[in-house]
Amino acid sequence: MTPPSDTDDTDPGPLVPRDRTAHPVALDPDYKTSVTRAPSQPLLSMDSTPSEETGPRFGHSLVGPQDNNLILNFTGTPAIGERILVHGRVRDEFGRPVPETLIEIWQANAGGRYRHVKDTYFAPLDPNFGGCGRTLTDSEGRYRFLTIRPGAYPWPNRGNDWRPMHIHFSVFGHSFGQRLITQMYFEGDPLIHRCPIAQTIRDRSQLDTLVAPLDMAMSRPLDFLAWRFDITLRGRRQTMFENRPEGL
Amino acid sequence: MRHRETPSQTAGPYVHIGCMPTHAGNPGSFATEIGTSPIRDGAAGEIVTITGAVLDGQGLAVRDAMIETWQADARGRFPGDPRADPNVIGFARLAADGATGEFTLRTVKPGRTPARGGGTQAPHISLWIVARGINTGLQTRLYFEGDTADDPLLARIEHRPRAETLIATRTGPGAFRFDIRLQGAGETVFLDL
Repeated sequence: MTPPSDTDDTDPGPLVPRDRTAHPVALDPDYKTSVTRAPSQPLLSMDSTPSEETGPRFGHSLVGPQDNNLILNFTGTPAIGERILVHGRVRDEFGRPVPETLIEIWQANAGGRYRHVKDTYFAPLDPNFGGCGRTLTDSEGRYRFLTIRPGAYPWPNRGNDWRPMHIHFSVFGHSFGQRLITQMYFEGDPLIHRCPIAQTIRDRSQLDTLVAPLDMAMSRPLDFLAWRFDITLRGRRQTMFENRPEGL
Repeated sequence: MRHRETPSQTAGPYVHIGCMPTHAGNPGSFATEIGTSPIRDGAAGEIVTITGAVLDGQGLAVRDAMIETWQADARGRFPGDPRADPNVIGFARLAADGATGEFTLRTVKPGRTPARGGGTQAPHISLWIVARGINTGLQTRLYFEGDTADDPLLARIEHRPRAETLIATRTGPGAFRFDIRLQGAGETVFLDL
């Protein structure tokens, strides 16, 4: 943990209220587990407070040199699968970069199997693939991971549901109220539009932002293909006067 | 605004692989895991232990839930403030037990913190709950029985029984119980802050 360095934020206002239409519906009968886990009462809305405007910060001493290389970071011997680079930028709703923030990812292996005590799918574990990585964004909000392309896999929901190839992303931002977990999909995967979890996002243009395009410019010949995934976090209203008591 | 927020997706049942590798059965994935405790030895203030469970609409424990916590130190200062207690990290990750669904948080009781626009808030811990079946992480707060006076958020909740869903019950010296009900009778108040 390091103290915040954002001395440039002179008098930031509250977090911009979350636009819930940008997000999935909470209850979707086609995603059966959501039926008993979605709140039925409205959320209580308020301006954010210091409890949500502050948040944990993580420093470079936390992150190991191989933490963002999932091909090598489990045993040092390369994992099996299609080698890929996943990269992008983290910014806020106003387009400002979010520097020095922690991103964590986790995923299935090339056969669609997770290294988790509860995953019992037929596909074998790869002894050289753990399936998790983390990194800090740089001063311009950029990040990169080397990994293998995860496989699609079946899951118990409706009769024959399959998850598209995906990588789970966890992003902190600089405020606890910016906290976000999402999933990145791959351009061209025909399972995306059959997936009840992806389809919990009703706004097609919003779902499209989770579908990473192939990025040939960042691909390395004879080595790996690249996929680009940019992430937008909530911003904070920038106001000069509204936080001050009346009369000042 | 130029951009819309990236949409959430469920953390799924395997969130621990990325966020709590030891809990997923993969110790050693990272040299240091984050969120293993919100305090270090020597943190000033009253040490409290909070146990609870996340319950679904049928009253069943959500055994794959992960809860993140964020709080101020005993004097109400958040980590990052140069005056804050250096032994308070403020952030923790809690996994529901794979068999019982119970979670435990051992921390210092936070102090009163500033409210927006002046005044203060009663001592509380901010919580963020993710799990399979939760499509967007749920924000809520944990307050402490007997220490909830003059809190702007609690005051906004019109129905007293609903406000009580945010208040941990004292079960013994330094011990509290806090269950999170996702849906239905006694549903926890979730926040849009």
